[in-house]
Amino acid sequence: MGRRLAQQMDQPLAALLAGAPEASGLTDQLKEYGVSRVWLTGDERLARWAPQAQARVLARLIEQERPQVVLAAATDRGNELLAYLAARLQLGLATNCTEVHPGDDFTVTRLRWGGSLLEEARLLSEPKLLTVALHVNAPEPQPAESFQIEQFVAQLEERDFIIQMSKMEESAHEGVSLAEAKVVVGGGRGVGNAEGFKSLEELAQLLGGAVGGSRVATNNGWRPHADQIGQTGAQIAPELYIACGISGAIQHVVGCKGAKNILVINKDPEAPFFARADYGVVGDLREVIPALVEAIRRERGD
Amino acid sequence: MQVLVCIKRVPDTGARLELTADGQELDTRNLEFTVSPHEECAVEEAIRLVEAQGGSATVLSLGPEAAGEQIREALAKGIERGILLETDGGEWDPAATATAIVSAIEDEAFDLVLFGNESADAGNYQVGVRVAQALGWPCVTSVKQLELESAERALAKREVPGGWELYPLTLPAVVTVKEGINSPRHPSLRGIMTAKKKEIVRLKPEKSAAQLVKLGLKKPPEGRGQIQMLGEGTAAVPQIVAALKELGVL
Repeated sequence: MGRRLAQQMDQPLAALLAGAPEASGLTDQLKEYGVSRVWLTGDERLARWAPQAQARVLARLIEQERPQVVLAAATDRGNELLAYLAARLQLGLATNCTEVHPGDDFTVTRLRWGGSLLEEARLLSEPKLLTVALHVNAPEPQPAESFQIEQFVAQLEERDFIIQMSKMEESAHEGVSLAEAKVVVGGGRGVGNAEGFKSLEELAQLLGGAVGGSRVATNNGWRPHADQIGQTGAQIAPELYIACGISGAIQHVVGCKGAKNILVINKDPEAPFFARADYGVVGDLREVIPALVEAIRRERGD
Repeated sequence: MQVLVCIKRVPDTGARLELTADGQELDTRNLEFTVSPHEECAVEEAIRLVEAQGGSATVLSLGPEAAGEQIREALAKGIERGILLETDGGEWDPAATATAIVSAIEDEAFDLVLFGNESADAGNYQVGVRVAQALGWPCVTSVKQLELESAERALAKREVPGGWELYPLTLPAVVTVKEGINSPRHPSLRGIMTAKKKEIVRLKPEKSAAQLVKLGLKKPPEGRGQIQMLGEGTAAVPQIVAALKELGVL
């Protein structure tokens, strides 16, 4: 989005890599996607995430270079960094933008309700601060005509590190994660209890996929919260999402919008999820899933 | 320990979102109101911290007079006092919201201010950070575990793919939490009765000029075509298998 915007505004696209010296490994990638100028801070102290310090570096660079627009990705860190920057500089910030319309009236289209509604908004302050919604624009390589790398001295003080990640605790990882899985099998109220997820797990295992749940499933303790698919849980984008016993509340549907195909299995033919699916089966998941598991096993000659 | 938790009244949406004719608002005529799941967890976290550490918890909301309902609900769960920053119901941008919250609380002595990570409706991801920066306090966002180590030190953890990031913090601080940090309780009957007698301070904050101005809302295009029904009950299994093969997942 940055490159397209820069072309539209007839401005160069520059990037700041405010991190430890290792971060300089990303410069080739930036060049390939149309960045013509990169600043490196190469400050060891920025090796671990420190949003206030990062925002300070960015604020100083903005003061020096006076850009018209500053963008970051709408990840936890990207939203956090620009929130710190916006607060420090007392500027407006539009998060999760899907489109930007530069001009006298600088407007954006941004996600609301986890993406189930779009908002048109005007951003009044300068420079324009925005974060770009994930999975909205497909990045296309298009190298810039010129490319230069410069050092930017961070000049950070102790108090800028008032908040910093101290370390990362790795958790034991079992199987395929929801975010990476090619197939996700999800269960909701219709599954009935934790025990009911067993057949969903068997199906997921046969398909090399992962199991998730609706908010009903995680709130009832049938699945851990980390397995929640939805607005306040994980956003998934598998080839196929098999939703079992899930009615299709907005809270859940926005979490699986990115799925290429959705198969809904629900005994209620009126379930709203059918209106947002590619394939549908009206039936009790407690009968359909075990029969499907059986059929796949037979198919494979197990 | 003095804890403040900030919540926002939002419509409780079901399976469909309908807009008003002018495209400015969600049509809420057939909807109930609630707070977001992240905020329900923030309220629960505030109650648990006070149960464990002593002190008292306060709930604050900026919104229309009716937001008193959401404050009352938090009081019924165990929060002691409410603050309603009453507005005329129009949209407040994140900067204006943060400014109003800061001026309402700067004379109080909170050790910890909790927010939901983002509101369910506007999803701006920034009010907590703005409040922290204005107060000169540290802030951690997206927190899914919070441990109090002493009266001045806490450890906040956020879940990322493959593990947990640890952030030590010195209080007073702002923490924005995500659903999953705890399982929120339901109010007890006794809680509901006592909540009726608890105090809600009502203030009318001044609205500072917006930097992010909403022009209107619209529905995104529906990306999916016609649904293909594969049959009913176990009789559909052969068609499901065929579809899985066609999609290349089997």
